[in-house]
Amino acid sequence: MPAAFPFSAIVAQDEMKLAILIAATDQSIGGVLVFGDRGTGKSTAIRALAALLPPMRVVENCAYNCDPEASEGTLCVSCRETKARGGHFKVRKAAVPVVDLPLGATEDRVIGALDLESALTRGEKRFEPGLLARAHRGFLYIDEANLLEDHLVDALLDVAASGENVVEREGLSVRHPARFVLVGSGNPEEGELRPQLLDRFGLSVEVTTPQDLKTRMQVVRLRDEFERDPAAFIEKHKRKDGKIRKQIEHAKEKLPDIEVPDATLEHASQLCMKLGTDGLRGELTLIRAARAYAALEGDMVVEDKHLMRVAPPALRHRLRRNVLDDAGSTTRVNRAVQELFGA
Amino acid sequence: MSSPAPAASGQASADAAAIAAEHAAQRAARWDDACLAAALFAVDPVGVGGISVRALPGPVRDIWLELLRDLLPPEEPFRRVPLHIADGRLLGGLDLAATLHAGRPVAERGLLAEADGGVLLLAMAERVARNTAAHLSAALDTGEVLVERDGITARTPTRFGVIALDEGANDEEQVPDTLKDRFAVLLDLNDLPYQAALPGDQDPAGIRAARARLPQVEVPEDMLQAICGTALALGVDSLRTSLFAQRIARAAAALAGREAVAMDDVSAAARLVLAPRATRIPMPEPDDAPSPEEPPPPEENQDDNPDNQSPEQDIDKPLEDVVLEAAQAAIPDNLLALLKMGAMRSRSRSHGKSGASQNGSLRGRPAGTRRGEPGAGARLAVIDTLRAAAPWQRLRRAEREQRSQAGTGGTAVLVEVRQDDFRVTRYKQRSETTTIFVVDASGSAALHRLAEAKGAVELLLADCYVRRDRVALIAFRGPGAELLLPPTRSLVRAKRSLAGLPGGGGTPLACGIDASVELADGVRRRGGTPVVVVLTDGRANVTRDGIGGRARATEDALASARAFRTAELKALVVDMSPRPRPDAEQLAREMGAVYLPLPHADARALSGAVQAVS
Repeated sequence: MPAAFPFSAIVAQDEMKLAILIAATDQSIGGVLVFGDRGTGKSTAIRALAALLPPMRVVENCAYNCDPEASEGTLCVSCRETKARGGHFKVRKAAVPVVDLPLGATEDRVIGALDLESALTRGEKRFEPGLLARAHRGFLYIDEANLLEDHLVDALLDVAASGENVVEREGLSVRHPARFVLVGSGNPEEGELRPQLLDRFGLSVEVTTPQDLKTRMQVVRLRDEFERDPAAFIEKHKRKDGKIRKQIEHAKEKLPDIEVPDATLEHASQLCMKLGTDGLRGELTLIRAARAYAALEGDMVVEDKHLMRVAPPALRHRLRRNVLDDAGSTTRVNRAVQELFGA
Repeated sequence: MSSPAPAASGQASADAAAIAAEHAAQRAARWDDACLAAALFAVDPVGVGGISVRALPGPVRDIWLELLRDLLPPEEPFRRVPLHIADGRLLGGLDLAATLHAGRPVAERGLLAEADGGVLLLAMAERVARNTAAHLSAALDTGEVLVERDGITARTPTRFGVIALDEGANDEEQVPDTLKDRFAVLLDLNDLPYQAALPGDQDPAGIRAARARLPQVEVPEDMLQAICGTALALGVDSLRTSLFAQRIARAAAALAGREAVAMDDVSAAARLVLAPRATRIPMPEPDDAPSPEEPPPPEENQDDNPDNQSPEQDIDKPLEDVVLEAAQAAIPDNLLALLKMGAMRSRSRSHGKSGASQNGSLRGRPAGTRRGEPGAGARLAVIDTLRAAAPWQRLRRAEREQRSQAGTGGTAVLVEVRQDDFRVTRYKQRSETTTIFVVDASGSAALHRLAEAKGAVELLLADCYVRRDRVALIAFRGPGAELLLPPTRSLVRAKRSLAGLPGGGGTPLACGIDASVELADGVRRRGGTPVVVVLTDGRANVTRDGIGGRARATEDALASARAFRTAELKALVVDMSPRPRPDAEQLAREMGAVYLPLPHADARALSGAVQAVS
């Protein structure tokens, strides 16, 4: 696989980088959607994520990378059997998967299908896990998410909501855990995303091209340096990438101990009410994102400043669409934040 | 008395000759640039990414292509991608024959992988399917092909350059923007005469030398600044473009035998990469303007130059201005004319969508299988094929044993599949609806009508984009009709196009109806279902030829309406005048449309009515 551009060498686009770090810190936030112009480094940032993630503990020889410490409900069938027999898991460290969902992927590869090889050679009916199985406990990246075919979107939504992939096809009846963080990117000029899919993403980021010369030169210079000698470039940024990896690790450790005072909860609710977001998902994501952000910053208490920073990515895609209001949703969120916190 | 006249005509002919000479010089320059682009592509196909060549098929394009082929090393792959290539062939997938023979899945390499280290030629790029464009983009971005299909998972590294032949005849037919963004050079060879297409002055040896030199070529700081500054000044947003400009400059330096990028290389990059994408002209300074301000900047420039060698240093405002000026000075003179063209083009640019939904029955939700041979886009349903073959296995095995005893049998296979067993997947795709609003933008009610139509467009898009429907808008006023919003699904784009709608003038009703038939026909040919919504009071006063006169105009409108009827389109005529009169009703009758008087209609009522009809 060609080497990925290092995360720490990505210039500007702070909100996007923060959103990705938050999702890496707290996977329960539910994914990141990056929408914006072409050539703004959307895919680069997401592909760089894989190198940043600290390795995770998995059960040896498990096709689904089960977590040895997981409760029974989130284990795959074979691991559940082992546990029921009172057996011990052999544990190994594995990289957190960042799985690419290519645009032309067929349904059988995404959700899994009959293993052709064993069907043809041994006449055995065996399930061959698909991309969803591979993405379990990791990230599933959909480039050009808005161009994804509808039947694939439906399958994805169903699995993302239940955390379990149920396959009933070709005479197979299989279910396996599939909890993953959806990461999508796309260009809104080529079509919008279905609202159901939009709502699945915890955070949404709008990226625009930097308009100042210095930043642009920096981008071109770094990219060029990378392309001329990828290995040396990665080596050069190894330390900085390592630092970010440590930051994620620390934040993950601290996350359970971070306190969310009532006042902050109240402010979050007020903000959501003011914006009229549908359902409670907005508030929940807002609080979780603020907590992950506080953890990344090394703070132990979630305060208004954290809320303010994560409000736009957590809420902008949840506003009810007001077609006759020309103000973008980012402006609306910022306006509400300003009115509420008087910042 | 008689002398002035010949003198004047002599003057005129001299002018004409001068203009002709200038044109010829311009054409020669354009052809030279095209040749240069071919050479630079040959130097670094992967770095350049691609060239989009906009030209109708003809000798000029053939000469250019031949020139390019001559420059490329013959041992490198040069593969042609047909317009309707199946995803399987492009990406790779299951090799059916080998799979059946071997009894285990055998992967087949796709065109993208086969082109590794060479060039892909994309024919009729303006009609390329959206899937194909997306796969190409992904491969160009990541330098590998990722296959997840037919039970096969494979990652194949591949690096190639693309030559996209764009045969678009009008502004609506364009190479998809996703692809254009990944090509360094956009060429336009249209209306270059055959005589201008002279052989280029590059040879393969020069290319080889340049390739060897390329990795050592440095890009000095001030040159990079000129590139990025120019891009910014020209309103070229995508950073990929700046990156491409820098690579083109580097390739140009390598070709010229330089070790570092010089001003000539940067201006070549500006001409080839930046100019065709310019969205604005940097400060319309006339030719004589720079002279009074010229002296101070260079000094300032020199003063600050040491500072910007170190990237951490802040570039403050005045310096940025200086750089911008320097960048503008770097633009060659003939670029300005090019720029004006570029700016004009970008304003009316549509986001090339033609061909987006052509491959009708090959995509969508799988809906069962049928007997048939795979290929030509049909996808083999392996499981169903095996299922069809299963009951016959015993018989066929016995048959084979008999034959092998007779000495004519083949090798033993695990599952014997015959042609009859092949099943291919059927797909069901809902035909998408395109609602075409035809809005009367004339007279005093125009503003109100347009505003409500605009609201209805946005509501329809917002409410039913779950259904993946499209909306288009045609406005007619004054002398004719205008397509304000080509069929789109994007609310963002609709908002942008509808921001400033003009109103007022006469009512060329006939033109409006004609335009809607034309558009609806196009929609239908691409497999969609058009629904036409006409917003008018039915009182025409401009004829089809753009001449005033109520009687003729009404006659024309009714004739158009009858033509509309023969097209058998689903239609709705909404009469929004405060006191509905029979004109619109008659029009609706002639069109075979539903008539709906909606005085004081607002956007919401309108979108409700449209949804009820479609």
